[in-house]
Amino acid sequence: MVNDYRIQGDTGEWEVVIGLEVHAQVVSNAKLFSGAATAFGAEPNTQVSLVDAAMPGMLPVPNRECIRQAVRTGMAIDAKINRWSRFDRKNYFYADLPQGYQISQLYHPLVGEGAVTVLLDEKDEGSARTIGVERIHVEQDAGKLMHDQHPTMSYVDLNRSGVALMEIVSRPDMRSPGEAGAYLRKLRAILRYVGSCDGNMEEGSMRADVNVSVRRVGGPGEKEAELGTRTETKNVNSVRFVMAVIEHEARRQVELIEEGGAVAQETRLFDPDKGVTRTLRSKEDAHDYRYFPDPDLLPLELEDEFLAACRASLPELPDAKRKRYEGLGITAYNAAVLTADVESANYFDNLLDGLQRPEFAPDAANWVISELFGMLNRTGRDISKSPISVRQAAELLSLIADGTISKTIAKQVSELMLDENSGHFGDDPTRIVETRGLKQTSDTGQIDARIDEILAANTDKVAQYKAGKEALFGFFVGQTMKAMAGKANPAVLNERLRAKLAA
Amino acid sequence: MSVDTATVRHIAKLARIAMSDADIDALVPELNNILGWVEQLAAVDTEGVEPLTAVIDQKLRLRDDIIDDGNIRDEVLANAPDAQHGFFAVPKVIE
Amino acid sequence: MSDLTSKAIADLRSGFRSGDFSAREVATAYNAAVAAGRALNAFTVETPEIALAAADAADAARTSDDLKPLSGIPLGIKDLFATEGVDTTAGSNILKGFKPPYESTVSGKLKAAGAGMLGKLNMDEFAMGSSNETSAFGPVISPWKRRDGGNAALTPGGSSGGSASAVAAGLAAGATGTDTGGSIRQPAAFAGICGIKPTYGRCSRWGIVSFASSLDQAGPMAKTVRDCAILLEVMAGFDKKDSTSLDLPVPQWESGLSSDLKGQRVGIPREYRIEGVPVEIDALWDKGVEWLRDAGAEPVEISLPHTVHALPTYYIIAPAEASSNLARYDGIRYGLRELGDGGLDGLYASTRAAGFGAEVKRRVMIGTYVLSAGFYDAYFTKAQKVRTLIKRDFTQAFDRCDFILTPTAPSAAFALGDKSSDPIAMYLNDVFAVPASLAGLPAMSVPGGLDAHRLPLGLHLIGRELDEQGVLNAALAIEERAGFTHRAEKWW
Repeated sequence: MVNDYRIQGDTGEWEVVIGLEVHAQVVSNAKLFSGAATAFGAEPNTQVSLVDAAMPGMLPVPNRECIRQAVRTGMAIDAKINRWSRFDRKNYFYADLPQGYQISQLYHPLVGEGAVTVLLDEKDEGSARTIGVERIHVEQDAGKLMHDQHPTMSYVDLNRSGVALMEIVSRPDMRSPGEAGAYLRKLRAILRYVGSCDGNMEEGSMRADVNVSVRRVGGPGEKEAELGTRTETKNVNSVRFVMAVIEHEARRQVELIEEGGAVAQETRLFDPDKGVTRTLRSKEDAHDYRYFPDPDLLPLELEDEFLAACRASLPELPDAKRKRYEGLGITAYNAAVLTADVESANYFDNLLDGLQRPEFAPDAANWVISELFGMLNRTGRDISKSPISVRQAAELLSLIADGTISKTIAKQVSELMLDENSGHFGDDPTRIVETRGLKQTSDTGQIDARIDEILAANTDKVAQYKAGKEALFGFFVGQTMKAMAGKANPAVLNERLRAKLAA
Repeated sequence: MSVDTATVRHIAKLARIAMSDADIDALVPELNNILGWVEQLAAVDTEGVEPLTAVIDQKLRLRDDIIDDGNIRDEVLANAPDAQHGFFAVPKVIE
Repeated sequence: MSDLTSKAIADLRSGFRSGDFSAREVATAYNAAVAAGRALNAFTVETPEIALAAADAADAARTSDDLKPLSGIPLGIKDLFATEGVDTTAGSNILKGFKPPYESTVSGKLKAAGAGMLGKLNMDEFAMGSSNETSAFGPVISPWKRRDGGNAALTPGGSSGGSASAVAAGLAAGATGTDTGGSIRQPAAFAGICGIKPTYGRCSRWGIVSFASSLDQAGPMAKTVRDCAILLEVMAGFDKKDSTSLDLPVPQWESGLSSDLKGQRVGIPREYRIEGVPVEIDALWDKGVEWLRDAGAEPVEISLPHTVHALPTYYIIAPAEASSNLARYDGIRYGLRELGDGGLDGLYASTRAAGFGAEVKRRVMIGTYVLSAGFYDAYFTKAQKVRTLIKRDFTQAFDRCDFILTPTAPSAAFALGDKSSDPIAMYLNDVFAVPASLAGLPAMSVPGGLDAHRLPLGLHLIGRELDEQGVLNAALAIEERAGFTHRAEKWW
């Protein structure tokens, strides 16, 4: 798939150039530079140490786990890990920033260049695109301001102040809202696989600053110096909104330029209700952050053992897992769906382990995607809260694999297990099959008797079949299966029916 | 390099220190005097010299990921000029 | 000075231990001296009850044979150290009324070692100054007077001026100081006492109000070299709460004291002979060389070629770090708040305009400027490169010598008001002190003699990284030979 996203302007076609700066909250117990907790939703200012409140004389001491998580994340996108990095101060005043500076990394980030490969079409390996990641650095989050508690005052809660963030800065390599969405989803998947960020965008664990510029198709080359003036839309907190920002910004910028105006380099905010962006501050009053190395901290030097342990702790990542699934005969699409999120992938891996029949993997994948995911979607459940446990799913699939039940019956059984009112909610499949008498039968006596009844009741169709209308075979199978309440072994049924019709 | 009134006013704004015109006027020559003096460093040959990163050569130590602080809201708020309902209160900020 | 308040810490310790007097008697005598010494303006807060409580605990400990290293010793604590429940203002209006819910590591170690706190000591605002005139509490007055018929109030030096004045006048047996670019050593020299700045990282900075993080270092100020060793042993030590703290055992400096310098070489840096320094200071320096030679050391001339650039380097780096360190004083979480025009930026600007004094504002402005877009490399990066060269100078010099002797300051104490209108003239006070600060090296001032006006002059010893012992031993050799027993005549 090529970059065919174009803005049709009055004066011609425009291309959009997108870069994303993703802020991902690091999964850790304690904050980046203090021992206060990071959990979401605590009472205001209860997860605040004297360090987080920037009391006079308080000093930062970095949390190893935050460094480890960022390094592992870097390794997961094949990035260069900088053995020597350091923290810088980004100076600005704001009520949510107690120190008057954010400890971040400008000059020597922990993680250098890496890349994320995305599929624009999950069925098509040819649609793969590589999005460059310029760097990942570690920094402190700010506190939170509440504006609606008092008519003339804003309230400051420092619980988030000092929580570790990874800022993952992409290259301006994306050319469509779809690509940006795919990149963000893939990045989120990788972070969740690695376990370095929970990816929860609603709780603000992951948010993006969206850099957008436009340029005429067929314009100058792709060097950054030749890009149009970009805007940065801050703190966008869903994939859908990121895509909306890009669409809106691209159109707005094209219209502005075509009307003879110029795009101002500025920071903008997205209004999700109206679907538009608006100016937050322009370059004239842009901050001068006065970055300089934090003199309270020494350079961070990573040892070989630390790096080796980080690497050894990495799980199988989405791309590798997808390839492995495809190697088991699972379709490209199914493999992509199963590996899109770490929870489904873990579920499926555990299922394969429980099943112990690799040759049955494609069927298992089909069942998980069409039956389980379908039903979870309908009931609004998350895979982590699936009423069918991995063990039960393996049991169910084993029943199909060994011919105890048919796929049709399996579908019935799963529905019973997922229906809170069925009386079998959460029951083991074997028990359901037994109590409901759903076992498949290969009893030729029983099957022959049903076939005889069906053929006797449809002598006209038997005649047509014998005259050459072989498509009617399916009709006889269906009728017999129905008469058997779905429990006939399909292979036996087929064989017996063929024999009877040939007689 | 020397600073003028506009620069000093800009720096005062960056540093968030309110200054009258008279304050600014008085600071211009003072700052220029100091800046002129420190600029003698320009003459030092620092070709190939790395900026000092640690006064005493040692490595950054890392802390274990243990929650051993926080839950001291009263202490955190005790010295606040204006604390309300467990928050620090500031004049309304419009974003 | 009463008999008790004129004693060195070592003597108080032995007298108290042998039962010559009780800790309560000592604390009472010092509390009385503090109250009688208010004309010196050395204290910002007096805490006689804390001193007495520690004394009573010491007396009880003596009975139960549970003495701690500093049991019975009353000290003054520079107001830069956070003291739990006791006002900590860093000499600034912006921290008016701030009562920390925590205790700095260093003052906490002193307390845990049994020392009592007589009060908080006045200082230049945020430790920015060399004369104590930038304090929001007004200048500290030196107990010393010139013998020139006049009665001019003299500076005790700065920024640890309250510490110097208090120790010199017998208002405290010893005191904590902090040294960013000479703030322990220059006031010690002006007041005729000893003061040591240890290697950067020896004393935890946790709980000390930051001025310039890469330079700030705490140290003791006391009457004698031995007293400094006693106090420093308690103050130093690894602290996991300070990322720049040195994870090393604390040497037993007191028991390691020896003035036998045989086999050692004392470096005399030729670049420290500078124009405009009074002849008597150069003469004292020469005398110091002779004293050290007499103690067995061999003088060698050394070169520290980048010395001349140390002060400008310092006056870029220190204000840059300070401009950022002082950003937290914003009127939101503690200290002064001025509402200004009603908005948040108005609150910041008004609070900081009202809360900071002129010198602090000047340095915050300089620091903000040198870090600002377009100037960072020309000023800050350049200064950090020169700092590398200054440190390298010392490393090379220490190939040729074991420690370095220089004067502490280019003059004796000057009168209040003499230099307050000329920042650079004031900055030049620290010309001999600043290079060691930039290099993070241990350095000490020890009294060497008096000038023509009968004012104290100090000699300055700089040692290798971590070699506080070498510095203390050389200072001891000078102390023994200089025979400096002069004390200011009581006028207050």
